[in-house]
Amino acid sequence: MIDISKVSKWYGEFQVLDQCSTRIAKGEVVVVCGPSGSGKSTLIKCVNGLELFQRGEITVDGTSVGAKGTNLPVLRSKIGMVFQNFELFPHISVIDNIKLAQIKVLGRDEGEAAENGLGLLRRVGLDEQAYKYPAQLSGGQQQRVAIARALAMDPIAMLFDEPTSALDPEMINEVLDVMVELASDGMTMMVVTHEMGFARKVADRVVFMDEGRIEEDCTKDEFFGAPRGERAQSFLSKILQH
Amino acid sequence: MFGDFDFKIIVESLPFLWEGMQTTFLLTVVAIIGGIILGTLLALSRLSGFKPLAFIAGSYVNFFRSMPLILVIFWFYFLVPLVLGRPVGGFYSVLVAFVLFEAAYYCEIIRAGVQSVRPDQIYAGQALGLRYSQNMRYIVLPQAFRNMIPILLTQAIILFQDTSLVYVVGIKDFLVSADLVANRENRVLELFVTVAIVYFVLCLAGSLFVRRLQRSYAL
Ligand SMILES: Nc1ncnc2c1ncn2[C@@H]1O[C@H](COP(=O)(O)OP(=O)(O)O)[C@@H](O)[C@H]1O
Ligand SMILES: [Mg+2]
Repeated sequence: MIDISKVSKWYGEFQVLDQCSTRIAKGEVVVVCGPSGSGKSTLIKCVNGLELFQRGEITVDGTSVGAKGTNLPVLRSKIGMVFQNFELFPHISVIDNIKLAQIKVLGRDEGEAAENGLGLLRRVGLDEQAYKYPAQLSGGQQQRVAIARALAMDPIAMLFDEPTSALDPEMINEVLDVMVELASDGMTMMVVTHEMGFARKVADRVVFMDEGRIEEDCTKDEFFGAPRGERAQSFLSKILQH
Repeated sequence: MFGDFDFKIIVESLPFLWEGMQTTFLLTVVAIIGGIILGTLLALSRLSGFKPLAFIAGSYVNFFRSMPLILVIFWFYFLVPLVLGRPVGGFYSVLVAFVLFEAAYYCEIIRAGVQSVRPDQIYAGQALGLRYSQNMRYIVLPQAFRNMIPILLTQAIILFQDTSLVYVVGIKDFLVSADLVANRENRVLELFVTVAIVYFVLCLAGSLFVRRLQRSYAL
């Protein structure tokens, strides 16, 4: 489904991604972890073309992200994305957040978009908040709305960039629960997170990044069990101490 | 000096002054609306990745921002009829001058406003599949304008004061009307005190409104 092949990217002189390769098959859940600044956000943003890269290739469902003729807005509309700071649109209501792209991008009519939106809000347990503004919700609620907003586009895959790291501890689980459910429904997911509990529960594979390189790319059992690179070990021991 | 301060003359000239004030208001409102529309287009041009367009818009802004308003008013007073090949009346020339001049300032305000929207908001719109223009229209500009409300209103207050410069080409705005009465009736003090009070009260009310808005919306 998502095929990342030898992707390199530079910001001026600084190389932020170095020959990154990995594949995410349909229905697979891949967790990406690694120290801050290792290039996780940059890599995940390359997948839906929010960031450009100079070398290598990424294809999503057979479409090359970096190719000249690719219609990026259309490709992006098929890939859901959830951000660290939710990024709900603060000037419109929750339901309008979910309706907007359905109407403007997919061409659905008001009624259809609203019905679909309310259904998804029910699914994440927030149908009663539909007419509130994002600022009136807690962080955990906002992130669940953001997931519903992405799902409203009927995506073929979902990208998550540290979806719980801006949340108070007591709100992390309500978001992870939604993600676990999504994974068990068979959604293809690329998830940047340090929630190793989540990785243990639902990940098929774990990718470990360091200084712009993919240092480990293995099954969950290998990652948590078998010996591995020094960097990954020290990273893991730090993470698991919390 | 204040012993013979004539309140009656003020009351009597109110209808005449009100006509002048309508001209002042009309100038202000048209310059604000026209300036914001043209300023938005200029700001979007400056922010667009298209270099020639960004360059033209940038030059426009720098040009008008390095000209004194009074000079621009003079120019357009003589220029607009020449360009159109027929007399259009001073008022319309001045209107054009104000819109074009203010647009340069509004452009910079709006540009800063757009840049005040967090990049991840723009990414979020893009990630949903919105095209550049859709993202601007539905996500970026509404937030930018909301962030800009205080400074837009402040600019409007300055503009309201600046419209009094049209006296140089003899447009009968509030100030010129007061001046006419003052000379005709030989009541300079009464009229100019009135003018000062009216400008002061309106601008103060505007400023207080802005401050309240800032406090209640934490803008
Ligand atoms: N726009 C940018 N310009 C220059 N450097 C950047 C930019 N964005 C990110 N970086 C740098 O790229 C590196 C990787 O960033 P990022 O992908 O956000 O890492 P992570 O998500 O793993 O914390 C960091 O060193 C960061 O400082
Ligand atoms: Mg990051």
